Amino acid sequence: MGGQTVSLVMAGSGGAGVVTAGSLLLEAAARAGWYAYMTRSSGPQIRGGEAAVMIRLGTEPIASHDDRFHLLVGVDWQNVGRFAAEIPLGAESLIIGDPGEGETPEVFVRSGAQQIALPMKALAKTVPDGRPNMVAFGAIAGMIGLTEDVVLGVLRDTLKRKGEEAIAASIAAFRAGVEAAADFPAVPRLPAGTPATSERWSITGNEATGMGALRGGVRFVAAYPITPATEVLEWLAPALPKVGGVLVQAEDELASINQIIGGSYGGVPSLTATSGPGLALMTESLGLAVAAEVPIVVIDVMRVGPSTGIATKSEQADLNIAVYGLHGDAPHLVLAPTSVADCLFTTQWAVHLAESLQTAAIVLTDQAMGQARAVMPRSAAVSFIGQREKPAALEAGVHYKRYANTASGVSPMAIPGMAGYTYTADGLEHNETGTPSSQASDHQAQLDKRLRKLTGYNYGDHWADITGDEDADTAILTWGSSAGPAREALERLRAAGQRVKLIAVRLISPVQPEKFANALKGVERVLVVEQSHSGQFHRYLRAQYDLPRQVKALHHPGPLAVRPGAIVEHITQWS
Amino acid sequence: MDACVQQRDYTAKDYKSDVKPIWCPGCGDYSVLAAITRALATLQLAPENVAVVSGIGCSSRIPAYTSVYGFHGVHGRALPVATGLKIARPDLTVLVTGGDGDGFSIGGNHFLHACRRNVDLTYIVMDNQVYGMTKGQASPTTEPDWEGSKLTPDGAGIESFHPLVVALAAGANFIARCSSSDPNNVADIITQAIRHPGFSLVQVLSPCVTFRPEQQEWKHMVRTAVVDVTDDAARAARRLMTDDGFNVGKVLYKGDRPAYQPEAKGAAAVADLEADFAL
Repeated sequence: MGGQTVSLVMAGSGGAGVVTAGSLLLEAAARAGWYAYMTRSSGPQIRGGEAAVMIRLGTEPIASHDDRFHLLVGVDWQNVGRFAAEIPLGAESLIIGDPGEGETPEVFVRSGAQQIALPMKALAKTVPDGRPNMVAFGAIAGMIGLTEDVVLGVLRDTLKRKGEEAIAASIAAFRAGVEAAADFPAVPRLPAGTPATSERWSITGNEATGMGALRGGVRFVAAYPITPATEVLEWLAPALPKVGGVLVQAEDELASINQIIGGSYGGVPSLTATSGPGLALMTESLGLAVAAEVPIVVIDVMRVGPSTGIATKSEQADLNIAVYGLHGDAPHLVLAPTSVADCLFTTQWAVHLAESLQTAAIVLTDQAMGQARAVMPRSAAVSFIGQREKPAALEAGVHYKRYANTASGVSPMAIPGMAGYTYTADGLEHNETGTPSSQASDHQAQLDKRLRKLTGYNYGDHWADITGDEDADTAILTWGSSAGPAREALERLRAAGQRVKLIAVRLISPVQPEKFANALKGVERVLVVEQSHSGQFHRYLRAQYDLPRQVKALHHPGPLAVRPGAIVEHITQWS
Repeated sequence: MDACVQQRDYTAKDYKSDVKPIWCPGCGDYSVLAAITRALATLQLAPENVAVVSGIGCSSRIPAYTSVYGFHGVHGRALPVATGLKIARPDLTVLVTGGDGDGFSIGGNHFLHACRRNVDLTYIVMDNQVYGMTKGQASPTTEPDWEGSKLTPDGAGIESFHPLVVALAAGANFIARCSSSDPNNVADIITQAIRHPGFSLVQVLSPCVTFRPEQQEWKHMVRTAVVDVTDDAARAARRLMTDDGFNVGKVLYKGDRPAYQPEAKGAAAVADLEADFAL
C-alpha cells in the first residue's frame, strides 16, 4: 500500500443519496491525483433501504480497507446501525450526524468515537434545491483537503444533463458543507497528488471482469441476472456488440451454461457470469463441458451463502463447490483474481486457459471485489488470446479423431463448418472418435487424457502473486479479495522488521505442488487467511499440499471483511 | 451459391454415420433417423454446415448416427445448446432431436422459451409416451391411467401434457405432427421445417415397442389430418385441443414471426472500449 490514506464512510437511508455523493467524491479524488477504493453495503431492499459507501483514498494504489474508518458521516441514521460491524470505528474516529435526524445509533457510540453535529438537512434548506448529501460531501471534502476547483469540475461534468440550476444547487450545498466543517477536528489530509491522466482508470471489479473477457476473446455471453454478478453482464451487454459479439439473457442458469457450451462448440469463445446459487445449478453442465472438452468460462461473483444467503454481501465460501462440485472425476480450472485490477488479468487468463486446454474454467470473484470501485493505474495489455488447437489436414480415408489420445492430452478440435471433420461431441464416455463407449479402457484413456492436459500444462508464474521477503520464515497464504488486506498487513509487518512473504494463490485448481513447495522453501510457519466460516481454503491446502509444521488459520464468514490489523495481530502474537 | 452446393449431389447415405444404433428392433426412431438424412439430402446441405444437437434418451442418440456435426449433451438441455450454437453461428443449419421426457419434463422451461425466443431451429421430438432408456416409466405425455410402470403401478394419475397446444401458447411459429410409420412424410415435414425461418416443432409419434408394445397398433390408428395449415393460432389451438393426437402428416400451424438472431456486426477493437474507464 504505502503512502498516506484516509478512510471514510457515508451512510443513510434510501434516497439520501450517499452512493451518489460517494461516487462524486471518488471521481473528484481521482481527478485530484489520488488513488481510491470504494465498496458499498446495502440492505436487502429492492429500492431505498439503507446504504453505505466505504471509501479509502490515498497517494498510492489501494486494494483494501483499513482497520478502522477515520470518519463516519450519517446523513440520517435510519437502520444504518445494521452495518455497524462492517464499519469499525475507534476512539480516534469522528462521527458526524445531523441532530435533526435522530440520535447516533448506540452501536456506533460505543466505539468511543468523537461525535460532531452537522445540521445537514437544515443547511441544505438554506440554498434553493439543496440536498443534505451534498452538504455531507462538502464537509468531507473540506476536512480531507480536497480542493474546490476539482470538485466543481466533477459536479459540472456529472450534472450537465440536469441543467444549470441543479449544478448551482449542488455547488451551493457543497459550499455550505465545506464552511460548516471548517472548524471540525482534523482527519488525515492527503498531500496533493499528481493530476490524473488517461493512464489512470476508475473501474469496478465486475467491469474489469467484463473487460478481461473481451481481451481474452470472448464474443458470446449467455446469462441469467443475479446479484452481485449482474454488473458484469450489464457492462458486457452494450460492449460486446461493439466488438462483434452477442449477449443473450437466458431463461435460467441451466440455459445460460448450455447456451455458452453451444456457442463455444460452434467455435466462439463463450462465458457466463453468476453467483453461488447459479453456480450450484450449473454444476451438471460444467461436467458436460469437461467431458465433451468444450472450453467455457464461468464467472462466480461470490456472495454470502448457503442457499440464497445474503445477496448483497461478500464471502469466499464457494471454493468447495467450485473445486469439488462436479460429479465423477472432472478435472477443470478454478482461478481467483487477487484484486479489483486483477479481475481483468485473471479473467483474460481464464479464457486463454479454457481455450488452450478445452475445458471449463471457473473464476471466483466476490461481491466485495466485484462491486468495489478502484482508481488504479491503467491495466496494461497482455497477450493472452485464447488459442484453440485446430486439427491438421487429414489423409484420405482417415477418420477424424476428435478425442485423440495425444501426448499433451489436448486433442485438436474441429469446429462446425470444417469439411471432413464432422464428429459428435459427447458428455457420455466415448472413444477417440467420439462414439459413446462403456468400455473400461476407453474410460481410463479419456480420464487420463483430460487430467494430463491440465497437469502437464505450464502455467508459468501466474499461479500465484508472491510478494515480500525471499528469505521469510513466515508466510501468509491467501486468495481472492482477502489478498488485499493481506498485502497491507505484509507491508506493516515488514515495516516493523519482520521477514514475511505473501502467497496469494490465483490458480486454485489444478494444484501446483512443485511451485508451491518452492515458494515455501525456508518458511517455518504459515498463516492461512480467508473469508469463510469453515476455513474452506485452509482445508483445501491441507488436502492438496505439504504445509510447514506450524500452521494457523484466520477465517471468519462474511459479510465482515478481513482486516489487515487482524492479520498483523495473528502474526505478531505468534512471535 | 446453389450451383456451388449442387456440385456434389448428396444422398441420404452421406449424412449417416457408421455407428450402429443401440435402439431395439422395431423402434420408431430408425425411420426418423432415415427421414432426417433424407430431408438433408433433399435440401442438399453440406454435412459440415449442419449440426444436430440432443439431450439424453433413446432418440437423443441420433447425433452419433449422423455424419454431420453433432452434440450429445445432458438431459433436457438440448434446446439451450442449440440456441447458443445458432446464435453464435447463424451460418449453420441446426436441428434438435429428442424425446418427450427430455423435451417436456426436465427440459420444459427451455421448451417454452425456445418457442417464444424463435431462434431458427428445427426441433424434432420423437414422442413415445414413455421413458425408454430408463426402462419404462411414465413421461409427461403418458396417459394418466397407464399402469405399465413399477414406479407408478396405479398409473401416473395426472393429466398428460399437450406439447403442441403449449407450443402454440408459448409462441412457436411452425408446428407439425407426423408418424414414424410414414418416413417419407416425416422427411417432407422436416424439410419444410428446416426451410421455415424461426423455431419449428415437429412431433413424431414414434412407438416404443419394448415398453409400450401396444404402440405397434399406432400404425393403424394414425390418420392423415383433414385440415389445411393455418396461420391463425386460436384456430390451431381449438383443433389441437379437440383432436385425439392421431391426426398426423400435416403442418398444423405456420406463423410468420421473424426469427430471433441478434447480429454481431460491430468492428471496434477491444482497446477502443478502454475509454469507458479512463479518467
